[in-house]
Amino acid sequence: MTSGEATNGSPVRPIIELSGVTKVYGMGTAQMTALGGVDLSIYPGEFVAVMGPSGSGKSTCMNILGCLDTPTDGSYRFCGVEVGKLTRNQRALLRRHYLGFVFQGYNLLNRTSALENVELPLVYRGERARRRRQRARDALNTVGLTGWEGHTPGELSGGQQQRVSIARAIITRPVVLLADEPTGNLDSARSVEIMNLLTSFNRDQGITIVMVTHEPDMAQYAKRVVHFKDGLIAVDHTHEEHA
Amino acid sequence: MLANALLLALRELRRNVMRSFLTMLGIIIGVASVIILVTLGGGATKQVTEQISSLGSNLIMVVPGKRMGPGQTSGAAPFKLADAEAIAREVPSLQAVAPAASSGMTAIYANENWSTSVTGSTEEYFTVSNRVIGEGRAFTATEARTGVSVCVIGETVRSKLFGSQNPVGCKIRLKKVSCEVVGLLQSKGQSTMGTDQDDIIVVPLRTFQRRIAGNEDVSIIQVSVKDGVSTDMIKAELGRLMRARRHLSATDDDNFNVMDMKEISTMLSGTTRVLTGLLGAVAAVSLLVGGIGIMNIMLVSVTERTREIGTRLAIGALEWEVLLQFLVEAVVLASFGGLVGITFALAVSFGLATLLKVPFIFNAPIVLVAFLFSGAIGVVFGYFPARKAARLDPIEALRHE
Repeated sequence: MTSGEATNGSPVRPIIELSGVTKVYGMGTAQMTALGGVDLSIYPGEFVAVMGPSGSGKSTCMNILGCLDTPTDGSYRFCGVEVGKLTRNQRALLRRHYLGFVFQGYNLLNRTSALENVELPLVYRGERARRRRQRARDALNTVGLTGWEGHTPGELSGGQQQRVSIARAIITRPVVLLADEPTGNLDSARSVEIMNLLTSFNRDQGITIVMVTHEPDMAQYAKRVVHFKDGLIAVDHTHEEHA
Repeated sequence: MLANALLLALRELRRNVMRSFLTMLGIIIGVASVIILVTLGGGATKQVTEQISSLGSNLIMVVPGKRMGPGQTSGAAPFKLADAEAIAREVPSLQAVAPAASSGMTAIYANENWSTSVTGSTEEYFTVSNRVIGEGRAFTATEARTGVSVCVIGETVRSKLFGSQNPVGCKIRLKKVSCEVVGLLQSKGQSTMGTDQDDIIVVPLRTFQRRIAGNEDVSIIQVSVKDGVSTDMIKAELGRLMRARRHLSATDDDNFNVMDMKEISTMLSGTTRVLTGLLGAVAAVSLLVGGIGIMNIMLVSVTERTREIGTRLAIGALEWEVLLQFLVEAVVLASFGGLVGITFALAVSFGLATLLKVPFIFNAPIVLVAFLFSGAIGVVFGYFPARKAARLDPIEALRHE
């Protein structure tokens, strides 16, 4: 599977299609508009960096993209499915089968081995234990953690923990990987490692990646950078050298 | 999914051994007390029934006094020997009639003395109360009628007064009466009510009345019915006779009481049942408290593991899957507590049964019920925390510190 850009004229449909998406929190005078009508299309194989100051709406947008939240108004179509009309459990199933998450704080289960952390999504998919173990081992291998399977998060460095969480995210071979400041807690050397990993998954496995980041250095790795400001997309820029 | 939840629950339990144990303690105590009470209560009831049936199902007791409630009577005029004679004369189908009076006093032999209960009765006493003479003989009908100073003693009295000596032929002193021991009763052990049935001296009724008590009172008339005769019929007959002899008009209540062993057994087991019930209620309360403890700790656990729940939900866990996970955890906690409680209870009640000389009866249904009940407590008290976990907003949960 190779990337299909909107600009190359092929009839590839976007995986993610936001049109006029708004998100309003609170009621009455305490109302706060987090997103003020966002249009965004992301195509298969893209690597999008989402940037913007805090409060710009990028986190809200990521939550909506991750089907954790629904828009107040407007439409979000994921692979052609209108997410806003789905129930809580239907959205959970969507996440289970099509999405992978990488968080800034890793969110690994404490006192649970790396292997068990990685196989967790397969547990919910009802995969058999033996096959689960094998796939988790393979996933850990791809993030360079062979030999660390039995270690708990407490026994791993930040970079290693983030690699475990990436293994957990990609073990289901998701259509889209959503990364929320994946390098936010890491030093620059570790950050580069993580970014190289993400880039390789994007390049080799064709996994579409949407990544929130504060750091322009990290955004460099993406082919496309979307800047949020005051709940709207201010800049949507595609690097020519990656195209 | 269920197997997975079970595995997770066990791991969580192992992770917080101390906390899990303390949480289970309520259930352990509750289940243990229920089982101990029921087991010991059952043993005691069985012992009562056995002892009463050893007395013979054909025994009827007539005592003065109006029945007030289980085991209680109000005072009324005592019987006389003539009442017993009238019964023997007028009520058909009787095997034996034994009027008796008794009182506590000190028996003296040489320089030993022992405070015991002295019963005055006729020679038929031994038949009616199922006592067998171990050594020597019982007093004869003639001795009883004439009021000779002879007595038959129980094993406890013998050992206290005579040590290893053979008592037959020796004379003991009861109040101012010197009394020759003619026989020794075979040991019968403790009674249902915990009294020592061997701590007894039996003298002829006439001797007791004239020389010891100084009155003509008879405090109980024991009647044994011939085999195959309905006790109900005899009881009715006895009632009619006694009413007539005590000059009761049709509107008066009985001022005496006719009981057969069935009634006495019901009365006694009624008392034990009431006691077991009350203590059981206390135990049930402790089970309830145990359940609340589980709910409390599960709520703490849900709060502690909010991020984990958020992660699971983000990864694609469905509401019911999270609910199941926490519910199974609560149920495992509760039923494990139940198991520990059952084991503990069986050990304790076996020990206590041996100590109290009560038969140990393994009551399988109550053990099963206790186990299922503890599981049910897990479901009931685990549901609310589990639902709380399942309904968490994944975004909020992931952000939770």
